[in-house]
Amino acid sequence: MKWDWNAVRDFMPHFWDGLLVTLEAVALGSLLSFSLGLVWTLLMRTPTRWVRWPVGVVTEFVRNTPLLVQLFFLFYVLPEWGLTFSALTTGVFAIGLHYSTYTMQVYRAGIEAVPVGQWEAATALNLPRQRTWTAVILPQAIRRVVPALGNYVIAMLKDTPMLMVITVLEMLGQARLYSQQHFQFTEPVTVIGAAFILISYLASLLMRALERRLVR
Amino acid sequence: MTSGLWRLVLDGVWTTVQLLVFSALLATAVSFVVGVARTHRLWIVRFAAGFYTEVFRGTSALVMIFWVYFVLPLVTGWQLVPMWAGTLALGLTYGAYGSEIVRGALNAVDPAQKEGGIALGFTPWQRLRLIVLPQAVPETIPSFCNLLIELLKGTALVSAMGMGDLTFSANLVRLALQQSAEIYTYVLLIYFAIAFVLTRLMRSLEKRLKAGVGKDAGTFSAARELKRARTTGVEGRVA
Amino acid sequence: MSADTPLMKDPEPRAGTTAPGGELIRLEGVTKRFGTNTVLDDLDFTIDPGKHVTLIGPSGSGKTTILRLLMTLTQPDEGTITVDGQRLFPAPEKQVREVRKKIGMVFQQFNLFPNMSVLRNVTEAPVQVLGMSKDEAEARARELLELVGLADKCDARPTRLSGGQQQRVAIARALAMRPQVLLLDEVTSALDPELVAGVLDLLRDIARSTDITMLCVTHEMGFARDISDKVLMFDGGRVIESGSPEQIFSEPEQDRTREFLGAVL
Repeated sequence: MKWDWNAVRDFMPHFWDGLLVTLEAVALGSLLSFSLGLVWTLLMRTPTRWVRWPVGVVTEFVRNTPLLVQLFFLFYVLPEWGLTFSALTTGVFAIGLHYSTYTMQVYRAGIEAVPVGQWEAATALNLPRQRTWTAVILPQAIRRVVPALGNYVIAMLKDTPMLMVITVLEMLGQARLYSQQHFQFTEPVTVIGAAFILISYLASLLMRALERRLVR
Repeated sequence: MTSGLWRLVLDGVWTTVQLLVFSALLATAVSFVVGVARTHRLWIVRFAAGFYTEVFRGTSALVMIFWVYFVLPLVTGWQLVPMWAGTLALGLTYGAYGSEIVRGALNAVDPAQKEGGIALGFTPWQRLRLIVLPQAVPETIPSFCNLLIELLKGTALVSAMGMGDLTFSANLVRLALQQSAEIYTYVLLIYFAIAFVLTRLMRSLEKRLKAGVGKDAGTFSAARELKRARTTGVEGRVA
Repeated sequence: MSADTPLMKDPEPRAGTTAPGGELIRLEGVTKRFGTNTVLDDLDFTIDPGKHVTLIGPSGSGKTTILRLLMTLTQPDEGTITVDGQRLFPAPEKQVREVRKKIGMVFQQFNLFPNMSVLRNVTEAPVQVLGMSKDEAEARARELLELVGLADKCDARPTRLSGGQQQRVAIARALAMRPQVLLLDEVTSALDPELVAGVLDLLRDIARSTDITMLCVTHEMGFARDISDKVLMFDGGRVIESGSPEQIFSEPEQDRTREFLGAVL
């Protein structure tokens, strides 16, 4: 077999379209996972077992089952329940939910890494509980967790091709569509394979730089 | 659901388990070969191993599966049966993550232990086999447990290639019954149950290995959580 | 900052609301255990308003635990704690918050908030807890920072300061809440030796020029002798001897006290 540069050239416009969707899914999925994960973390710190226990079970379940099946579940079951979203919205929600069960552990580690003296100083100054969280603990915890969160963004990037199975035309979806229309598999799949390696490598360099700046 | 459909699901479970076992074996082999190579004294070996890790961790598992399935036959002329294509793609990808685990554990062994081996006149291979690995391996188990769960979740990807695993069978049942809540719930529960069994198995494995080097097993879930980042991200840690 | 620095114009503390002669702090039958280890054993003592009391004794004798109990960072297993006529333990959360406003604490490790500027470390609680306006809180904070000799560091991050400077900010932060009681927990133990004197001089000034009640745990016996009205010698979770600094340091009655002082002086 031979490599056909013309196929690469023809595929590139589709590639850029797919890249845009991929980046959109990663950006929105990250935001969702960061915020949902924080919600889980805070719920896991409530004093009542009746909150901690269900949250713990549900997040454990989501973390230990395949994102792909969760995607199918949301894509096919939600409409049966009368909730209809676009494929991309469903995909973003699934990725955000799945990775929130990872970010919650990152936040927890970050919160536990804030020295106990910070809590004590807040008590000594009589700061209200909520203010202690928002002004003292979380700003310090979030600074510590940025590198780990960044790595989950890269992991989410590498999981976006799964959105293909629910008809989202991200990079792999575009490659498959092009392949089916032109019967040329090699070039599009190789191009996006290389693109993933390149993007994750650049992203990991960025993360390392960020880590050096933030964590001293 | 009819018994015929259940049969379909059970076949899917069997395929998933087979794929999991094969790709886990390949991933373990890759992890140790590449992980040990990354601590090799020749820079070219270290570089090659590091390059492998960067490339295979950088790629997306599903893209890798596509590539092995569609492109590799065109390039090499071998048409792999789906089971081996899936095993190859998953084993190589997850092996790259595993090599990071092995490298970390090898580096964590007290240098004095290696020096002890040198003082006794062991060859490098003897030092690795008799001194370093027996101490490093038990430390890797919590991380490998995480990785195994990630691999289990990864096996679902082969359904996108039309391979008849558990996820694929769920899609068939959905088409047959024209309703999805029930079957996907069952399938998620089955995956969760497999993950639970795997966790238990890994925990008892760790206990046995640690007893072999005279260490206390400690709490397994805490150790897994601490090491989560290494098996899922690109080596992250909470500072 | 040296001892001859002119003292603040700010009349720091509010006058104690306690009737003259009444005590400000009262501990009754306080027992605190960590596991099987009894750190405080059926302890009773009182402190009068405006007095400076120093707790001395070997490490592990429970001195720091008393400060932590008064700051409600830990709870006793038995006994009662009363501050300014109001119960601090046992008491409902709302009352604890009220009573706690009267108490400030300076920690061994400073515990400044690293994510806030020096100025905001000092203004945060007055704004959030006392409901002071931001402008007023900042004006007061600047005065206090000037008092501790750090007027030029308002916008700095605490981590950029030396240990001695950080501790002085922590003192300003505690004073900004106008506490009636100031708890000082080995405030110079974490400092490099050359920075200790500056912090102690500052505390001497504050002790001399205000009527804040002070309760300190310290290993600086010279400082204890200078500022204290009363010294309590702790051992094994109990007060084994108490008296004026002259009495304790010059003619201790207990052998244990003599031994301890012999070892640290």
